[in-house]
Amino acid sequence: MANVLKAPKRLLRFLTEIGELAYFAGRFFKEAVKPPFEFKELLRQCYQMGNRSLILVLVTGFIIGLVIDLQSRPTMIQFGAVSMMPNMVGISIVRELGPVITALVCAGRIASGIGAELGSMRVTEQIDAMEVSGTNPFKYLVVTRIIATTLMLPLLVILGDAIALYGSALVEYYKGGVSFQLYFSTVFKALSYGDLVPATIKSFFFGFAIGLVGCFKGYYSKKGTAGVGVAANTAVVFASMLLFVIDFVAVFISDIFYDL
Amino acid sequence: MMETENSISINEKQTDSKQVILEIKDLYKSFGDNTVLNGFNMTLHKGENLVVMGKSGSGKSVMIKCLVGLMQADSGYISVMGKEIKTLDRETLDILRSDIGFLFQGSALYDSMTVRENLEFPMRRHKEKLGNVTDTKPLVLEALESVGLAHTMDLMPEELSGGMKRRIALARTLILRPKIILYDEPTSGLDPITSKEIIELMRNIQKKYDTSSLIITHDMDCARVISERMILLVDGINYAEGTYEELVKSNDPKVEAFFKK
Repeated sequence: MANVLKAPKRLLRFLTEIGELAYFAGRFFKEAVKPPFEFKELLRQCYQMGNRSLILVLVTGFIIGLVIDLQSRPTMIQFGAVSMMPNMVGISIVRELGPVITALVCAGRIASGIGAELGSMRVTEQIDAMEVSGTNPFKYLVVTRIIATTLMLPLLVILGDAIALYGSALVEYYKGGVSFQLYFSTVFKALSYGDLVPATIKSFFFGFAIGLVGCFKGYYSKKGTAGVGVAANTAVVFASMLLFVIDFVAVFISDIFYDL
Repeated sequence: MMETENSISINEKQTDSKQVILEIKDLYKSFGDNTVLNGFNMTLHKGENLVVMGKSGSGKSVMIKCLVGLMQADSGYISVMGKEIKTLDRETLDILRSDIGFLFQGSALYDSMTVRENLEFPMRRHKEKLGNVTDTKPLVLEALESVGLAHTMDLMPEELSGGMKRRIALARTLILRPKIILYDEPTSGLDPITSKEIIELMRNIQKKYDTSSLIITHDMDCARVISERMILLVDGINYAEGTYEELVKSNDPKVEAFFKK
């Protein structure tokens, strides 16, 4: 009963948070186009985010490629369609699995990192110190991080896709005797602009969402050191949820334009 | 001499003739039902060391944050060097902030930057004020030398002790040559010996750089040594005002409570 009574309050809090997030995004766009620009910090963030997540994305991508191929192969053999394996794996990785899994891995790695870092800066008054020194902390901390995630995620997705396809090619080589050259030429023949363009565009949105949520949760972190943990945790949950919403919208729009 | 309905002034010195560099009138700030500042008034004169004392949670830090625009007061007038804070746009406020040094309670050093980068950070937006210097190292070195820590330039904050962090933070406030320095609990969390060193450093800095200081503290030793004038912040108002010696002699129970050992 108590939970039922709390439900409207929770809904109201959730909607308020969505509104605050939208306002935060609006502020980002306003500040991002206004000089001075923090290029040095942007490059540092791009390097840090790309570098920190690269190994994780590569390992995850490789395993996903291997597993998808191993799991799908028996069914494809049953249907006598084993020769379609590169096409099926290639399209599913490039269109959906590569971007979504890379984004989820990065949500865990990057959004939580940003949430914890900014949250800790907030509770230790480092953000206030920036503000009183006459530097705009929003521009220095938030704008650079959101742009960095937006730019770096598509690159990580491309690398993740490549290594996942390599994993799948490895299974095909050992189980089906398919050469790497044949595997990749079949994959590239199967892929069209309708597979590549929407996947690349949605990767930018995934990156934006990860940076936005991580920064939002960290920048407005409250309640001392406990708040830092909460900021990191909720950043991952909120970012992951947002990724699926973006994915749904992206697939819906792609369907209209490319008739998938 | 009664200043307002609820506050008492024990100050007999004539400070009104000095130039007012910072002024607060009727400052109100509440958090929900909790009224923290309830019509607080204060003036800081040029070259003065003013101490504001109050119990934990009495609104000292809130007041000092309202002064630099980190928090918005519910109502009231705040003027720094003749400029009313709430009427300033972001750019003008940032320029004004370069004349105000702020020493945070926990030092607030940027922990992802070296000591040198910490000191260079405030210079990024205020190069004109420092004559468009391209080589910042001599300025950093000078600020570090003034706090006796020139050898820490390439260290990270995590490699420093609490006292060293406080000194570096002080050096960071000096880098832009501020006219006013706001100290938020400068000795909190430090051992008595380090506290004395910090207090001595604050005095030396005031002499060397000719700054005006507003010191928020509940450390009585710090207040006694450094204050030229004191304000006791009680129930959101400037309850009592005067020199340390004048306030010590007060018979008012709320004032006496501060000085009881």
